[in-house]
Amino acid sequence: MQVTSPAFKQNARGALADVQLQKALGNVRAGFIDKRRKAMDALPEFDRLRDEAKAIKDHALASLDLYLEAYETKVKASGGHVHWAATAEDARGIILDICRAVGARTVTKGKSMITEEIELNDFLEGNGIRPVETDLGEYIIQLRGEHPSHIIAPAVHLNKEQVEEDFRRVHDHLPVARDLSEPESLLAEARRVLRAQYFEADVGITGANFLVAETGTSMIVTNEGNGDLTQVLPRVHVVVASIEKIVPTLNDAAQILRVLARSATGQDMSVYTTLSTGPRQEGDPDGPEEYHVVLLDNGRSSMLGTEFQDMLRCIRCGACMNHCPVYHTVGGHAYGWVYPGPMGAVLTPSLIGVDKSGHLPNASTFCGRCEAVCPMRIPLPRMMRHWREREFERGLNPATQRWGLGFWAFFARRPSLYRLGASIGIPLLSLFGRRKGSFGTLPLAGGWTKHRDLPSPQGRTFLQQWRDRDTLRQEART
Amino acid sequence: MNATEETRKPRVGLFVTCLVDLFRPVVGFSAVKLIEAAGCEVDVPMTQTCCGQPAYNSGDRADTRAIAENTIRAFEGYDYVVAPSGSCAGMLKKHYPGLFRGDPTWEKRTEAFAAKVHELVSFLADEMKVTSVAARHDGSVTYHDSCSGLRELGISAQPRALLASVEGLTMREMRDPDVCCGFGGTFCVKYPDISNAIVEKKTETIREAGAETLLAGDLGCLMNMAGKLSRQGSGVEARHVAEVLAGMTDEPPIGKGGR
Ligand code: SF4
Repeated sequence: MQVTSPAFKQNARGALADVQLQKALGNVRAGFIDKRRKAMDALPEFDRLRDEAKAIKDHALASLDLYLEAYETKVKASGGHVHWAATAEDARGIILDICRAVGARTVTKGKSMITEEIELNDFLEGNGIRPVETDLGEYIIQLRGEHPSHIIAPAVHLNKEQVEEDFRRVHDHLPVARDLSEPESLLAEARRVLRAQYFEADVGITGANFLVAETGTSMIVTNEGNGDLTQVLPRVHVVVASIEKIVPTLNDAAQILRVLARSATGQDMSVYTTLSTGPRQEGDPDGPEEYHVVLLDNGRSSMLGTEFQDMLRCIRCGACMNHCPVYHTVGGHAYGWVYPGPMGAVLTPSLIGVDKSGHLPNASTFCGRCEAVCPMRIPLPRMMRHWREREFERGLNPATQRWGLGFWAFFARRPSLYRLGASIGIPLLSLFGRRKGSFGTLPLAGGWTKHRDLPSPQGRTFLQQWRDRDTLRQEART
Repeated sequence: MNATEETRKPRVGLFVTCLVDLFRPVVGFSAVKLIEAAGCEVDVPMTQTCCGQPAYNSGDRADTRAIAENTIRAFEGYDYVVAPSGSCAGMLKKHYPGLFRGDPTWEKRTEAFAAKVHELVSFLADEMKVTSVAARHDGSVTYHDSCSGLRELGISAQPRALLASVEGLTMREMRDPDVCCGFGGTFCVKYPDISNAIVEKKTETIREAGAETLLAGDLGCLMNMAGKLSRQGSGVEARHVAEVLAGMTDEPPIGKGGR
């Protein structure tokens, strides 16, 4: 996927002018927030559960190497294979080899952001293998040749009328007069169309919400059950997961599950929680003949031990973007790579470099709502600020910004000059603005006055007035 | 402890904040009146400037530290440091300590300083146990929760409780008062179009609330919202919550002329 993060501002302008998108984004505000709120209210111990979930991940990250090795041993013991992929390219190569070894023509896919990160679909297609997305949202955007705009609701940027249009265009073998006006009818149609694909596929690829070291199990949560069919019906099941998905025990995974769906969609649990451990065993009624796990690093291990380590606790619930005022106005695609919203603003610079994605950690008001709702208590604004510090150190921010800041800091560091400058500039400004009370335009303030008036200063500064008052008082005393 | 110490009034250093100093001194005088009414003595150190957020949030740690040192020097002698702004108080209280972590001379000093810092309204309600103010405001108001005050310092119930004690005042809550107004300090000039889209949603909820006056505890957010309301030709007036609590509403509202 082409990185368009450097063009964030243009992307954002396009998004603001997109009427369909703006309508769809209204659903994010209305849908997710209230549902999460209700789920919180129904569970008084939620904050304690968050602390526990955080502690579990912190512990796992502190001994990540040990847990990964333990996990590998268990997967092998259950008859599965583990592949280590340092980069996206490595991961793609490994997956292609697995597909080629079984002569795969079609692969079905469960929802996975990691396969977006490694750009798997384009790669497979380029190698003559047809990937079929089975999650409804992913299926829709695959039809449209788009990328997810949200990590748990990939097609949230679309309205149902747009989806109906796509279905009528692509499913042209179905009766024209059918009713597709409701989300349910759209889901039913996608199911019918997809059912056949499950049986055609030679390989099923899923992501993982958790990798359990204790048992060598991978776990996914879905609401459509498509993940189950993806991993059970084909001959080969490939799990693609990043290394930080590891948790020590099944109990730990169950603990984190208690905060995951509640934070994401406000559900107590997702509809399906699916565990898979190795290939089909003697006596199993179903399951794949081969079971592979591709463990992706792709820059994550270099976050360990830095101020960005906390980001590796992320369980991809999406709550941060659901509550983000910037995401609400520009949507996910504007961020220009795989991960949008506050979590993307922190993670993207770690994975593709801050020189390409510098806008992301800057385009935040630091309102702090993301951190306030994050079930894993990830200090997202703090880490965005760390990225700004790294940019500043490397001189990556625009020259005008640096000069402006330098000019301002010169005065802020020198109290007497600050007072002197203010005592001259402010009364002057006030003189011009006094009658109307505000400015519609003002030199050097175009960023502000483009969209709003600038309230004029009242008159002399507070410090000037206070000093006069003090002098008067002292004179009165003597 | 002798008698004079026992009855000595707490000494409060007022951190005016640069926006109040430069744009709206009446907020500073309102703060002085409220703090004095709560039984404290107020002083305003002349060596204060800005809390340093513009540098801090732009990634410039060296300038931020220099500014922070200046603030700490100016204020560490007081019993309390009070600011009429959740975001500046949050900066002093929650972010200064992180700047000096591991620094043998400054770490302890900064922590001691930070412990004394309070935002104005929460200082009155939580520290001075003020439950009502002697003020009158005939009209309806709506209150916006500025982000830093709300999420860093837990300010939400206090201003509403004190406003409820103002005679003649009717509260008309807006929808989602806790949603950001899009100001974000330098954000609003770095990303003007996004900031504008956010503040447009905000002013919509403000107008829907149907109150005559918009109140908040942070002048930055207020100037953003008032500037947008003014550009939209709305008649809703904007004031800092301290002006109403102190009964000092003779000055024209933010961004309105007429003197
Ligand atoms: S950063 Fe927190 S809120 Fe955002 S997706 Fe990750 S876990 Fe969820």
